[in-house]
Order: sequence, then structure tokens, then C-alpha cells
Amino acid sequence: MSVEISIYNKRIRPLDGLAHGIIYLCASISIFLLAGIVGYVAVRGISSISWDFLTTVPSSINGTFGIAGNIVNTLYIIVLTLLIAIPFGVGAAIYLSEYAKPGRIVRLIEFTTETLSGIPSIIFGLFGSVFFGITLHLGFSILTGALTLSLMVLPLITRNTQEALKTVPDSYRSGALGIGATKWYMIRTILLPSAMPGIITGIILSVGRIVGESAALLFTAGSGFLLPKVGNYGEGLFQKILQPGGSLTIQLYLSMEKAEYDQAFGIALVLLVIVFGINMLTKYLSNKFNVNKF
Amino acid sequence: MRENSISIIGSYKTKNTVEKIAAVVFKICAFFAVLAVFAITIYMIISGTPAIFEVGLKEILFSTVWAPNAATPSYGILYVILTSIVGTSMAILIGVPIGVMTAIFLAETAPKPLAKIVKPAVELLAGIPSVIYGLLGILILNPFIYKLERIVFQGSTTHQFTGGSNLISAVLVLAIMILPTVINISESALRAVPLHYKHASLALGATPIQTIFKVILPAAKSGIMTAVVLGVGRAIGEAMAISLVAGNGANLPLPFNSVRFLTTAVVSEMSYAADTHKDVLFTIGLVLFVFIMLINLLLNKVMKGGDKDVS
Repeated sequence: MSVEISIYNKRIRPLDGLAHGIIYLCASISIFLLAGIVGYVAVRGISSISWDFLTTVPSSINGTFGIAGNIVNTLYIIVLTLLIAIPFGVGAAIYLSEYAKPGRIVRLIEFTTETLSGIPSIIFGLFGSVFFGITLHLGFSILTGALTLSLMVLPLITRNTQEALKTVPDSYRSGALGIGATKWYMIRTILLPSAMPGIITGIILSVGRIVGESAALLFTAGSGFLLPKVGNYGEGLFQKILQPGGSLTIQLYLSMEKAEYDQAFGIALVLLVIVFGINMLTKYLSNKFNVNKF
Repeated sequence: MRENSISIIGSYKTKNTVEKIAAVVFKICAFFAVLAVFAITIYMIISGTPAIFEVGLKEILFSTVWAPNAATPSYGILYVILTSIVGTSMAILIGVPIGVMTAIFLAETAPKPLAKIVKPAVELLAGIPSVIYGLLGILILNPFIYKLERIVFQGSTTHQFTGGSNLISAVLVLAIMILPTVINISESALRAVPLHYKHASLALGATPIQTIFKVILPAAKSGIMTAVVLGVGRAIGEAMAISLVAGNGANLPLPFNSVRFLTTAVVSEMSYAADTHKDVLFTIGLVLFVFIMLINLLLNKVMKGGDKDVS
């Protein structure tokens, strides 16, 4: 035998080296792909971004193409969706972690919440267009889109709030109840403020999901791109809710269909920046609140 | 009794009503999710079944010709269903190994500073809107696949050239899209494996690689299964990213064929479809919904079967 078996000689394992190689190869593929995507969008998109691009609406008379209308529509959809989803989502979480006793009902609610988060957005889109659009006669409108999306982000808010409520120590609860607070008073003044970081994280994640959503909005919110016509007393602001309005992602899709790739990359870059900002904000919040976590 | 006396009985009564109202309101909120799922299920069934009676279940599910606008319209979606199944499984076959290996890299073998940069980047990518993946698919992937196609089918007279919009392109886009999901969830599953497993294995003389593949991976099995199932869910439900990349012809799912997924069939025709055609699109939605529900049930099983701390 050429190599004496001894604890001083390390046995060479070719398979180990191979496995290492595969791991590093796969990791570099992923990293390369992911970095490539961001880099490519940034490089191609930066040239179409200009002040005009961000502040005008598409108009063949003026010869402009801008996404101001779509930005406003996206904001409308975000605000409306959150207004609908936050009360229900937070309320559901409070029920699940403070009121409900473990059993059939809780399991049913948790299962459906889980299911809801697994349903693809195209199904939400179909359901929203039939139920809110046709049955409730809302047609293609921002409200239809927001109602549809609020079903979609409901699980996100519920789950994050639930997690946050779990981290509030039980001593807070017994302390508040012990000095005579009622349950609702305790929830309102002790639990919700303590759980606020988690709730806010859920909300920010929902905003991210709303900004990136397209399939659920195509058949519900439609594809309008005009700015709301605001009257002297702001009366147009509310009418806009019942008018169709395409979000940034919808406009991106439409530009893509028309093969206007420069516009598409401009919008893609705007979306990336928003997603990046949201990500940073979530990171910041979770870091900030993890430090002084009891 | 004086009017403004503080009475523990009186205030107890108002408090009691407020308490009761609060409890009921929260309960209603909680049932909203249940209501939503039931409503979606019922509406999908209501809007998906008329076409089944009009055209016939066998005609829809097992016929292969999709020609809704022909003189004698035909609404067979067999190829569309097959495409969704084949496309999703191919995307999983490509995406999951790469994703799990990357998760191993991040959780075990990567130098700390590198992992610290890569992990946030992966999290960021999970949030990128799916249309952006589609945009890049059209502009980067399609021309590249077209070159490949011309090489493979050089001199072929029967092949219909797709210009790169075919099953391979769509599968690659899907595989890339599920990467962040698979990486994130597998990584947290790997990290949740108790440290003493690793220490014990290393102390027994196993190499780091043996430890990873024979101890840590099996221990994180259920978490990785969850990642795979979620990846399947994301891939089969994705619409916007692949609707322009896949070519959209209802063909047999062969690599270089222009194909149509369940989701892209709905997206691309819903805007102008009418009557029976529209009903059939809703039936396609129903088929997709059934798939998703099966995946959800599977996920529920996997999560329950696994260790609580991993999921």
C-alpha cells in the first residue's frame, strides 16, 4: 500500500470535493442570476427615467409618455386595500391569540388563512372580477381592485400580528387584568402598542405585495392611466375610486405587450426602487425592535 | 342615590357591553378569512361549471384542439393542463436543487461576510414583481433560446419556429422565480436544525460535507418539503411572468413548442372572450383552483407531519 492508513494522513475524499464544488456552483448561479436581474433592469431603465417620465400621463397630443397616473393609481390601491385589510386582519389575529380557545374553530380559521395565502393571484383576479365587479356592480374600478387585493393581503397581516402578539409576555396581560382592566381595555392599551412593530411589519410586507401585484388587478382595476380630475373641493378624489385605474405593474405589462421596452424598463426600475425601499424599511424596523426585545 | 356617584355596578354594565361587542367584532373579523375562502370556492365552481354542461366535461378535459373562434369551436384543454403539469415539474426539477444548494451554501459553507450580503439580496428578490421577470424573459432569454432552437432544428422542415417563445423559456423563468422562495425557506429549515446534531456528527469524525448531506439535510427534510410545495404553488399559479414568454399556442408540451399554461390561457384571452369561450376560461380557472387546493392540502399535511420548530 502506498499510503499508510494513519491518523496523521488525511484520507482524501473526492466526493467531498465534488459536493463542495456543486454547492459553490449552484450558489454562484443563484447569485449571478439575482445580481444580473437587478443590474440589467437598472442599466436599461435608468435612461428612460426623467422628470417628465414621472410627472406626466400618456398623451398622444402632447407626445408624452409618463407614469404619473399609474403612480397615483398605485397609491390609491395601496391606501384603500390597507384601509380594508388592516381592521379585519388585526381583528382576526386578536381573536385567534386572545379570545379563541384551541379547537376546531381555530384550526378552521388558521387553515383557511393558510389557504388564502396559497391561492394564486390570477384566481383572486377571476373571483374579484365576478364577485365585486359583476355581482356587486362595481365594474372595473380601483375599489374592485382594492377589495380583491385586501383578501390577498389579509393572511399576511393576520399572521404577522399573531406572531407579534405571541411575543408580548404573559405577565403584561396578567398585570393589566390584575389591576382591574377589562380585556378590551387591556388589548387596546397594552397589547396593541406592544405588538405594533409586528403589525407594522405586516403592513409594509402587504404594501410590497400590492405594489408588485398584476394578475389580480388586470381584470379588476382595469388599465386607466389618467390623473384624477380634482375639483375645487376635492370632489374628484373620491370619484376616482369608482373609475378604472391601472397600477404600475399593469402599465408595465401593457408596455411589454406593445413591445415598448424602454418604457417597460423605466417602470421596472421604479418598481425595483420601491421594492428595495420597502425591504430596507422592514429590515430597519425588525432590527430596531429586536434589540430591545425584552 | 346621587346622579354622579361612582358605582361599580353601573360602570360594570357599560363595560360589559363594550366587552361583549369587542369579542363579537373580533370573532367576525376572524371568520372573514373562512368566508373569503368559501366565497372564492363557491364562485369558482359557479362560474366554472356552465361550460362543462355546455361543451361536455370529456370534450374540455380530454380533447386536444383549442380553437374557440373557429366555425365549429373546440375547447379541448388537455394540452394546456399537461403544459402546466410538465412546466411546473420541470421548473421544480431545475429550481429546487439549485435553491437547496444555495441554502446550504448560505447556512453552512459560506464565509460569514459573504452570506451577510447574499441573504438580503435573496430576500429582496422574493419581492420583485413577476412582470419584471417576464420582461427580462422576453428580452434576454427568448433571443438566446431562439439561437439554440435554430441550431437544434437546423434543416428541419416540419418544426414550427417559435422565435424563442416556448416551453424552455417559460420553464427557465419559472425556475428563476421560485428560487428566492426555495432558498429562503430551506435556509431557515437548515438553520433550525439543532446545533448538537452537527457537533455530534463532526465529533464522530464525519467530514463537514458528510455532516451536511447525511445529518443536516435529513433533519431539515420537512422544512425543505414545505419549500418545494410552496415553490410548486408559486410556479403553477404564475401568470404574468410567463404569458408573453411561453408563446401561447395550445400545443403538446415539448421543449421547443410554443405552449399555453392554465394561467396564461386565462390572462391572454379573458379580455376579449365572450359566451361559451369565456365560460371555458372560467373552467380553466376552476381546474387551476382544484390543483391549488390539492397543493394546499398537501402543504397542510407536510407542515403537520414535520417538526414544529422547523416549519
